Amino acid sequence: MKVVEPLIFEMSAPGRQAHSLPECDVPARPLDELLPAGMLRESPANLPEVSEVDLVRHFTRLSQLNHGVDTGFYPLGSCTMKYNPKVNEWVARLEGFVDLHPYMPEELVQGALKLLYDMERYLCEIGGLARVSMQPAAGAHGEATGLLIIRAYHQHRGQGHRKKIIIPDSAHGTNPASTTMCGYRTVEVKSDERGGVDLKDLERTLDDEVAGLMLTNPNTLGLFDENIHVISKMVHEAGGLLYYDGANANAVLGISRPADCGFDVVHFNLHKTFGTPHGGGGPGSGPVGVIEELVPYLPVPLVEYDGSRYYLNYDLPHSIGRMRSFYGNFNVVVKAYAYIRALGPEGLRRVSEDAVLNANYLMAKLKEYYWLPYDRICKHEFVLSGKRQKDRYGVRTMDIAKRLLDFGYHPPTVYFPLIVDEALMIEPTETESKETLDGFIDAMIQIAREAEEEPEKLHQAPHRTPVGRLDEVRASRFPNLRYRREE
Amino acid sequence: MTYPRDLRYTKDHEWIKAEDSRGRIGLTNYAQDQLGDIVFVELPEVGRELERGEVFGVVESVKAVSDCYSPASGKVVEVNEKLLDEPELINKDPHGEGWMIVIELSDPAELDQLMDAEAYEKHLEEQMQ
Repeated sequence: MKVVEPLIFEMSAPGRQAHSLPECDVPARPLDELLPAGMLRESPANLPEVSEVDLVRHFTRLSQLNHGVDTGFYPLGSCTMKYNPKVNEWVARLEGFVDLHPYMPEELVQGALKLLYDMERYLCEIGGLARVSMQPAAGAHGEATGLLIIRAYHQHRGQGHRKKIIIPDSAHGTNPASTTMCGYRTVEVKSDERGGVDLKDLERTLDDEVAGLMLTNPNTLGLFDENIHVISKMVHEAGGLLYYDGANANAVLGISRPADCGFDVVHFNLHKTFGTPHGGGGPGSGPVGVIEELVPYLPVPLVEYDGSRYYLNYDLPHSIGRMRSFYGNFNVVVKAYAYIRALGPEGLRRVSEDAVLNANYLMAKLKEYYWLPYDRICKHEFVLSGKRQKDRYGVRTMDIAKRLLDFGYHPPTVYFPLIVDEALMIEPTETESKETLDGFIDAMIQIAREAEEEPEKLHQAPHRTPVGRLDEVRASRFPNLRYRREE
Repeated sequence: MTYPRDLRYTKDHEWIKAEDSRGRIGLTNYAQDQLGDIVFVELPEVGRELERGEVFGVVESVKAVSDCYSPASGKVVEVNEKLLDEPELINKDPHGEGWMIVIELSDPAELDQLMDAEAYEKHLEEQMQ
């Protein structure tokens, strides 16, 4: 049976309330004496009137309809939905951290500054970098920060005419968006038949207008670009810089360092790679690091240590300035710090090894049932195509994704990257057991069989969720965002 | 699906139809099928000069947002404002009522460099494999 939770407005009964306030201990005065007429409502606000227990049940039931890493497998490609260890939450809630105020004097926050300072050293070591700023609030903000650093570098060297950023056709949509936001023009470079950057096409795009190239490595196909040293040489010879989009850094921890591969600017997503929560449970954090030559352009302040105390350094005359109020999403940095300290160098390397092993296990088991356009050893994720099911049985990737909901799984990323027809992008992460992976494999095999034998079942999926297939066109075009009481 | 013989096609799946000195432009049936249900269309302003290959508009479907590239150079003289309220016309009738813009061609000879229907169908077959 399907139970649809009513809106809280629909549960409202006149006069019912969830609060009991103490007697007012100051003389009450009418509202129109306290506020000017223009600030007063003409009709009462339409607020729901419910009791406390109904309120609690309503939101508890809604929370049970949610799918999260704590409730089930979440192989959402490129998002690295790994388990977020609870000890990180405990550390971030220590009163020495939560009771801080950003305006406290440096003498009173030495511990917090030391944590930022140490965290910077860890990320420098992981990325092969000279310095890192913790300010960016998430991945795309990190991209914007990195591109502004690249722009400041070129302008400072009298190369302000460089206006082109090269981006592969497999890139995340945030790359061209950040490029445009920073006043650059995006030039797309094609992928070759192995899924890497097409070197011939890259050559075509290189001239003295190139400011840089943004690359995710491994890329969104989950493939490590083996030509990275050639790419680096080509871009640098044209006078451009190399930007590392750290979205897929979960595949390379302790194995390859972006700066050693020739990258000049790097961002990390702490909420992907370093086990802090995503989305509503976030916020994110997207630290940006650079090689020695670009340090003068980093955002201010940087955290320094003079041998006896930690302090905030604002004295960077060429800095791009502040990218965020205060010092970034500090509490997220605390969680990622706890994660790095708990795992250590060997543990971090094992994170990547297990993430890659899990992805390859799934890929090897599933490629018999779904088309695998780039059939080679993958890194932490891989991309299947629903094209076989579409061409033979009229079942599309969207149908497969919706059917997975019936099995209690969050579907993989679908229809991305754009270069794969009917894409299904699967990233299991390192935190899943073989039993969990096998359960998912069984579901995917069953769905492949259903596509052949009972395609209608997939067209109408999901069947076991509180609501069935939603009309996405209508939801996009005529969103119903406001409750109106029926008269 | 056969493609209308009086249209010319690009590798990026736009079509253009010569109408005297003008060219009517839209997305091909293959493009709309790949995009899925279109929910939003962005069109250029009338009077804008377009280079061949330049982005003239954006279509957003439930799956993705895609740029549309002009098959030829010229000045925009008409846009299909009906699409702003009914973007689904591109899905329903891509080569007809779903047209997007009309340009005054600056060099009608550019159209000769585009694929005819037969070549485009072959291009699609190759892409399918």
